[in-house]
Amino acid sequence: MEVARTTADVLVVGAGMVGAACAYYCSAAGLRVTVLDRAAIAGGTTSACEGNILVSDKEPGAELELALLSNRLWAALGAELGAASVELHHKGGVVVAKSPEAAGGLATLTAEQRRHGIEAVDVAPDRLFELEPNLAPDITAGAHYPQDMQVQPMLATAELLRRARRHGASVHTGTTVVEFLRGSGGEITGVRTDAPDVPTISAGWVINAAGSWGGSLAELAAAPIPVLPRKGFVLVTEPLPPVIHHKVYTAEYVANVASDDAALQTSVVVESTRAGTVLIGASRERVGFDRSVSIPVLRMLARQAIGVFPFLSDVALLRSYLGFRPYCPDHLPVIGADHRAPGLVHACGHEGAGIGLAAGTGHLIAQLLTDREPDLDLAPFHPARFQEVTT
Amino acid sequence: MTTSPAEPRYDVAVLGAGPAGLAAAVAAASTGSRVALIDSASRPGGQFWRHRAGDDGTRQLHWDTFRALRDALERVEHLAGHTVWHAERTEQGFTLHTVNGGAASEVACRTLIVATGAYDRQLPFPGWTLPGVFTAGGAQALLKGHGVLPGQRIVVAGTGPFLLPVAAGLAEAGARVLGVFEAGTPARFTRHPVTALGKLGEAVGYLRTLRRHRVPYRMRSAVVAAHGEATVRAAGVASLDARWRIVPGSTRTLDCDAVAVGYGFTPQLEIPLQLGCATRLDVDGSLVTRVDGQQRGTVPGVYVAGEACGVGGAGLSLVEGELAGLHAGYTTTDTRLNRRHIDRLLRRRAALRSFAAAMHEAYPVRRGWLGWLAEDTVICRCEEVTASEVRRSIVDLGATDPRAVKLYVRPGMGLCQGRMCGYATSWLTAQHHGRGVRQDDLLGMSSRPIAQPVSLGALSGHADD
Ligand SMILES: Cc1cc2nc3c(=O)[nH]c(=O)nc-3n(C[C@H](O)[C@H](O)[C@H](O)COP(=O)(O)OP(=O)(O)OC[C@H]3O[C@@H](n4cnc5c(N)ncnc54)[C@H](O)[C@@H]3O)c2cc1C
Ligand SMILES: Cc1cc2nc3c(=O)[nH]c(=O)nc-3n(C[C@H](O)[C@H](O)[C@H](O)COP(=O)(O)OP(=O)(O)OC[C@H]3O[C@@H](n4cnc5c(N)ncnc54)[C@H](O)[C@@H]3O)c2cc1C
Repeated sequence: MEVARTTADVLVVGAGMVGAACAYYCSAAGLRVTVLDRAAIAGGTTSACEGNILVSDKEPGAELELALLSNRLWAALGAELGAASVELHHKGGVVVAKSPEAAGGLATLTAEQRRHGIEAVDVAPDRLFELEPNLAPDITAGAHYPQDMQVQPMLATAELLRRARRHGASVHTGTTVVEFLRGSGGEITGVRTDAPDVPTISAGWVINAAGSWGGSLAELAAAPIPVLPRKGFVLVTEPLPPVIHHKVYTAEYVANVASDDAALQTSVVVESTRAGTVLIGASRERVGFDRSVSIPVLRMLARQAIGVFPFLSDVALLRSYLGFRPYCPDHLPVIGADHRAPGLVHACGHEGAGIGLAAGTGHLIAQLLTDREPDLDLAPFHPARFQEVTT
Repeated sequence: MTTSPAEPRYDVAVLGAGPAGLAAAVAAASTGSRVALIDSASRPGGQFWRHRAGDDGTRQLHWDTFRALRDALERVEHLAGHTVWHAERTEQGFTLHTVNGGAASEVACRTLIVATGAYDRQLPFPGWTLPGVFTAGGAQALLKGHGVLPGQRIVVAGTGPFLLPVAAGLAEAGARVLGVFEAGTPARFTRHPVTALGKLGEAVGYLRTLRRHRVPYRMRSAVVAAHGEATVRAAGVASLDARWRIVPGSTRTLDCDAVAVGYGFTPQLEIPLQLGCATRLDVDGSLVTRVDGQQRGTVPGVYVAGEACGVGGAGLSLVEGELAGLHAGYTTTDTRLNRRHIDRLLRRRAALRSFAAAMHEAYPVRRGWLGWLAEDTVICRCEEVTASEVRRSIVDLGATDPRAVKLYVRPGMGLCQGRMCGYATSWLTAQHHGRGVRQDDLLGMSSRPIAQPVSLGALSGHADD
């Protein structure tokens, strides 16, 4: 029996936020796209995050440039798809500080960020309570970031894939890549899967959008990249009337995001969702893919959230969830063609910012694959940077 | 995994004080184990022996058994009013995180017996979220626990033998029960060989009660709509074909002020799932914990008894509880077990389980109920997600399993955490993909790391770290 052979210009492996954005921009650019996921759409780390599209937590550097590009693209997506269809909310971020040291650090950061094009507004305490009336009284300083947004990440992923399908893309869930196919010159020509309906798919380009599993997928192509999991918990409260208006977090957060420490860190991020539940995130721990629930971590998050919003003490915790951020040692994503395996393009390793950075990533990948000049210099994200370090 | 510094305070902690948990606690204590019995209710008894203070047991079944168990609790530490919101493994056993009112505390034990029971399985239909529409178990609990009738003119509907005691109880307490509408055709069940063993006596008794109160019992019929503005005023009752599709033109309206509906039970599995116990799909289509001959789950030190390992009634729960309690007790105290007694219990368990399986086979949920749904029928009442939104998430957004539906449009993310809508969402998703409901569908809607709500203050206030 002859096996049906599927062909595409671009095969995206991974139907998370990043893979969906790649599929959306590539199909909009006229490429024939196929998307695979071993599980369901948006069932990976994308289903375990807070959906923030942030510029506020970025320090000057390549990631900040990608975040600013993504911020503009998300706003455009919201206008194009309808903000409600992805629950895109221009809520803005508020960063607060209690100690004089934290306040000083925050002021230095906002000044630096303003020089790099971020709207970062230092806010006096009285004005801070206008922005967030329920803040703890001992908060002494703050900053407002009007550009910060939030999206419902699972919905956004599904919606972008719906749009990509309208542009002719096909999506195969429950389909795992088990092997890469190679041409006579050793170049990647497609993949073999475990699904009987699409046993092989040939493609001009294979995009590695496998998130925290991007390292294993790259390994399968004999082109290893160091993507590792960084575990995080989020607490979800009972639904409340609107009591928190922005994404609110403490100044310690930025330091933690950029930290190299493997030990547990929590710096609380508190915000409401459209449904009224309050999300309280997020811890950072390097413990591999360990799915066990840690009560001390939940306790610490609860304690810190109450420190920012004391009223939360009486609010019920309904559930918690956890996920594994895909991180690289230098905290930058891997975006670009892998010269060890021609035909393979990476789009993974976005750590705690893959929702926000997805728009820029998909856009840049589409530019790359249609031979257009990328809006950003991709060199800092290039997979070859790891080889340079090792050799 | 956390380490608890000291030797656990209890050899055996029993979670749930219904028939299974009571039997387990008493049996474990009889082996000399130090036993804690934990339940969120203030009085022991669970759903089956739910009662009020000073209840003399007049309308209760097997009240003598309950009294004997309750009296034997002298040797057991009964932590009433304690809700367990999370269970975790430790080096020496388990730690149960509980809340009692606003106060958080922990219970450390070497072995754990989970006997958390089940709650009513819901099938949504137009109007089911109106005040006055109760679950069958909810209506019964109101009566048994508070002495309150859910209404004066009550329609009882659903499937399974449990509808009979509910209707009989309501009628005996003075309500006018307008009818019991059984969607299935259990006549075949009454001819089933295992029912002939004599277990039918109870059912016959209830039927007699219903006849005395002139309550009609109709098969192949169901409440397919509830009508009313602020509260339910009428129920739409229809005849069904063998696949539970509405027979065209058969719907009639009964004026009522309450409806009690139940389509079987959903076992409560949060705690075994938190601990990593394996599950299976039971004959009734419910997700249940896998247990072995000693009632052990697949995680060492965890025993499961009662509905949490398969719905089978109070009698089976008692036997399973006793087995679990004896084995857990014997393991922790290293005493010798009475093989003959154990064998007797195992034989009883086998007979009761085959009876339960025959019962489940006689009362299956048929796919025609999906046709009762209107586009705007609410599937998830907490998040107000309608049938058409669920369908849109499947057709337009590509949801291939119920967890994906939940992630895109939120059924199961609200207060009840999918306890109510998980089953219906699983059916809707499976039907659209041309398959039956699978174990993974239900698992995807059943993982609840926080088993019961706990205030952030109670969670954080604990100063042990
Ligand atoms: C903008 C926004 C809005 C949101 N709105 C809401 C809201 O309104 N209400 C709300 O409650 N939440 C909301 N969330 C949070 C969202 O619900 C979570 O992303 C998601 O629900 C977490 O998935 P889960 O509940 O399935 O839990 P998880 O903890 O992620 O689910 C665990 C699941 O993973 C499975 N699993 C996968 N791998 C394994 C493995 N190896 N071993 C064991 N089990 C495994 C389990 O079986 C289980 O099904 C929102 C998030 C955002 C960003
Ligand atoms: C607690 C927490 C909070 C977070 N908060 C935010 C936030 O507020 N804002 C933000 O921008 N980011 C946040 N993040 C990070 C964000 O969730 C991730 O960066 C992002 O989801 C990564 O998306 P992805 O598409 O790369 O990966 P995923 O969503 O994990 O998708 C990868 C997909 O690849 C599939 N896959 C893997 N291997 C194979 C294979 N061999 N074959 C087929 N399919 C395969 C997987 O099934 C998966 O669906 C948070 C993360 C966590 C854990």
